[in-house]
Amino acid sequence: MSTDPDNGRTALVKCLVWDLDDTLWKGTLLEGGEVRVPDEVRQVVQELDTRGVLQSVASKNDHDLAWTRLERLGLAEYFVLPRIGWGPKSESVRAIADRLDFAYGAVAFVDDQPAERAEVAYGLPAVRCYTAEQAASLPDLPEFRPEVVTVDARRRRHMYQAGFEREAARSEFTGPDEGFLRSLDLVMGIGRAAGEELSRVEELTLRTSQMNATGVHYSASALRSLATDPAHEVLVTTLTDRFGPHGAVGVTLVRKDAAVWHLKLLATSCRVVSFGVGAAILDWLVDQAARAGAHLVADFRPTDRNRMMEIAYRFAGFTEEPCVCRDAVPRPSEADVQRLHLVSERRETPVTMVVEAVDLA
Amino acid sequence: MTAPTHESQGHRGIVTELITFLESRTRASWGEDVDLFATGGLSSMFAMELVVHLERTHGVSIRGGDLRLDNFRTVRTMADLVLRLRTDGATDG
Repeated sequence: MSTDPDNGRTALVKCLVWDLDDTLWKGTLLEGGEVRVPDEVRQVVQELDTRGVLQSVASKNDHDLAWTRLERLGLAEYFVLPRIGWGPKSESVRAIADRLDFAYGAVAFVDDQPAERAEVAYGLPAVRCYTAEQAASLPDLPEFRPEVVTVDARRRRHMYQAGFEREAARSEFTGPDEGFLRSLDLVMGIGRAAGEELSRVEELTLRTSQMNATGVHYSASALRSLATDPAHEVLVTTLTDRFGPHGAVGVTLVRKDAAVWHLKLLATSCRVVSFGVGAAILDWLVDQAARAGAHLVADFRPTDRNRMMEIAYRFAGFTEEPCVCRDAVPRPSEADVQRLHLVSERRETPVTMVVEAVDLA
Repeated sequence: MTAPTHESQGHRGIVTELITFLESRTRASWGEDVDLFATGGLSSMFAMELVVHLERTHGVSIRGGDLRLDNFRTVRTMADLVLRLRTDGATDG
């Protein structure tokens, strides 16, 4: 059983790859006759989609014929990156996982043929394999049951599909980097975390280790109680572009005092690194602090995964320089947390996006 | 990872390599003293890519206060940074 090394729970399946003949549907397409999707299997597809589990296809079939059939069955839209052809299924599953940038341990495969499951298991031992008989009961298994189902989970498939369109647009675009970003019509929203936003905060803190600047973990319940503390601001960043919503992509935790604002947590999703979201949040916060007449002090603990965030802090202008305002911030509870400092000044919003944000000052 | 191939280059070699890299990534042409981050140029995100590129290709490690945006503003300032870090590294060693 695959478990998550961070918390010992059963590791969630992030993508389920379906075989078609006698698994998703009853019957064999190329042998003629009708194929039929049992109601309980259709419900599994829809239920997993609602929970934010992505689904794909690895089938040995004629591509155009099989895809047309999926469209006629009203199921094609549920599948991302389908691999329908004649290569080994382990290669299909590998290609799907690599394209999604998922670890193989986060991928599952369901197929009625023992030989196909064995071939996938041999090539990719971390992939969890299930029989066609198990298909109807997959949503009952813990690995298919995320603890929280957020608004973003429900539209995760749409966000990935928009992401593939975005990548295609990027590869066709010629010209400077900034020109491409401008062409995306990015809108970044920053708002106080309340109500449904709090479930997004929880999901983000679980998912964003790569861009978690502080390396200091705040549990969802800690953030929940800080959200109601008048001295603290818990902020959620969302991002949208012309291809659709990225959903919640960042969490910021700030303690505001008269002379200094203490940036305790800045986490952004690695999905949006290339849009400069971390830098844009920092610029916005520097501008807000300047309006309030406060300096900024930021916690940072280097880990092997958050170097990009260190660069974002440094490029925003944070340094190790001494300042009296540092004395107003309680000493870090952990010895390896660095304190970076910045004298805030008014900053303009980035030319690459529209920023719609609350006023903190 | 492949071994750095430009480690023995002087200022001119670093400048040439960086301009080639920028032109391949942006499909635009760049001069040695052009401000890369002025309006219409590169995003601050691309600066992060430059950090990684300089480290991998020119065999330096860019840490702490050296990660100032001003060090990455033009091809010339980046070449200066690489040469200085190599000298510092040699002194330390």
